[in-house]
Amino acid sequence: MSYEITLITTMAISVLFALSLNFITGFCGQISLGHAAFLGAGAYTSAMLSKAGIPFLMTIPAAAFCAAVLGAITGLASLRVRHDFLAITTMGVGFLFVGIIRQQDFFGGEIGIAGIPGSGFGKVGFMLICLVLAFTFAAFSLYVRRSWMGFVFKSIADNEDVTRVLGIDVSRYKLIAFIIGTGTAGVAGALYAHHFRFIGPDSFGFVESISVLAMVIVGGIGSVWGVIFAAALLSILPMLVQFIDDYKLLLYSALLFSMMRFSPDGIAGLCTRLFSSKLGSILRRDGDKQ
Amino acid sequence: MLYFELFIQGLVQGSIYALIALGLTLVYGLLRILHVAHAALFTLGGYIGVIVTNATGSFTLAMVVAMVLVGFAGMLMYKLAYQPLLSKPPYVSLIASIALFIAAEEIFRIAFGPYGLSYQTPPLQGQVELFSGFYLKYAEILVMGLSTVLLSALAWLSMRTRTGVAWRATVTDPDMARVFGVKIQNVRYLNFFIGSSFAAAAGVLVALLNNLVEPTMGSVPSYKALAIIVLGGLGSIRGTLIAALLLGVLESFGTIYIGHLLGRDAIAFAFLILVLMVRPQGLMGGKL
Repeated sequence: MSYEITLITTMAISVLFALSLNFITGFCGQISLGHAAFLGAGAYTSAMLSKAGIPFLMTIPAAAFCAAVLGAITGLASLRVRHDFLAITTMGVGFLFVGIIRQQDFFGGEIGIAGIPGSGFGKVGFMLICLVLAFTFAAFSLYVRRSWMGFVFKSIADNEDVTRVLGIDVSRYKLIAFIIGTGTAGVAGALYAHHFRFIGPDSFGFVESISVLAMVIVGGIGSVWGVIFAAALLSILPMLVQFIDDYKLLLYSALLFSMMRFSPDGIAGLCTRLFSSKLGSILRRDGDKQ
Repeated sequence: MLYFELFIQGLVQGSIYALIALGLTLVYGLLRILHVAHAALFTLGGYIGVIVTNATGSFTLAMVVAMVLVGFAGMLMYKLAYQPLLSKPPYVSLIASIALFIAAEEIFRIAFGPYGLSYQTPPLQGQVELFSGFYLKYAEILVMGLSTVLLSALAWLSMRTRTGVAWRATVTDPDMARVFGVKIQNVRYLNFFIGSSFAAAAGVLVALLNNLVEPTMGSVPSYKALAIIVLGGLGSIRGTLIAALLLGVLESFGTIYIGHLLGRDAIAFAFLILVLMVRPQGLMGGKL
């Protein structure tokens, strides 16, 4: 049972993290290749506060705050660049984060931070906290999608210039998306730190950023249900395919490539095209962005 | 004296960056694809270089074989991976390219083993004393010399031949070029052939400098080359060359003076973000 609990906890954290990126990339159309940096900011904040004796639940808002501040700075910097330039800039933020963490003894340097105290709620309690947070944010995402702000995001994603002409303060909404998305990634980071009890600079590198982007894109960029499904699946895929250990990453990349080659709008798009059933219509209503 | 040495080391590194980033900027200029898997071709070049050198004993032959084979591999990659994705939104080809790159690294690891290969008798390891107390390895001279030759050859090709004119026309306006009878498809193949063979040359040279090729040798260049082409202003060849050399020199000084604050590989991105804040279109970019 303990194995299943760990699996579900891992899934819930991944879903929360992927949804936080979906908020920025899926809703607002701002591609980010450095999202793991915000997971890391949250994880480091929460881990260090926890080690200083502050209770786990109190570290979550602090982690969200730190990640959101970093996200706001990145967002401000990103307002000047678009498309491919933005992709590379956010990738740069990711590398800068790891580069700085790695060199500072204060953050544990190369070795990272070990011996992070447990959450104090037991394994099942912690799993429930993760699930509740993931579901809350999923519900919030679905709500935002239907709100006025959701329409603005969609409009920015479709055509930024036209949105600006309509008299909408594009920069402000982009910043809001960045702050909410990165703050949530910070929450996921706090959970991550207390789940694995160990964090190091390599946990938040480029590979991690790509994996989470893969979850969003495989799920169907912008589709909440698709992203939840893909994040849950891809996060436990490595554990499910233990038996082909040596070819794990090869399988993963092959899957990612085939997805891009044959169904670039992800699982959501695939379902929409394959079935006209109930599942398809749910996904279509939710993820009709492409 | 230290400054001069650092400067030369920076130029050597910068020449390698230039060779890698050039192919990337060519692909971007023509197809608007961020070609991450380019670094896999760089690694492939390194492997072919070491294997052929060890089998035949001729480094020159290895360089030629690596450049030609990898050139064709690049064309194949375009045909199989990128061509079907051209009409899709840009993030699709970016993610596909990253997936290709991860797959290639895994294939190298499975095919050639995780620990890498070395030259049995590393060629060109001697040193020459330029002036008192300043030594330069033959390998380092070769790096700078070969990059200059290859890049000059490319400049000649693009400025002085009909093929070059067709190429530049396609970059500027593909539809108009087609109207004038340019075979767009051939230009794209040529583009991938040249870019990939330059990456292969860089791979062979890096293998020579480190006397090692390993499956992950492409991961640092893959993203650093992206930083370079963005710095140069995406698609600008002149900007890319300047950015590559500048970054090589900056890194070589930065490692000494700010290395305790920021790792070597993060310097590129710190510099990139600073430049983009002032000039969002890159050093040489025209319009945004």
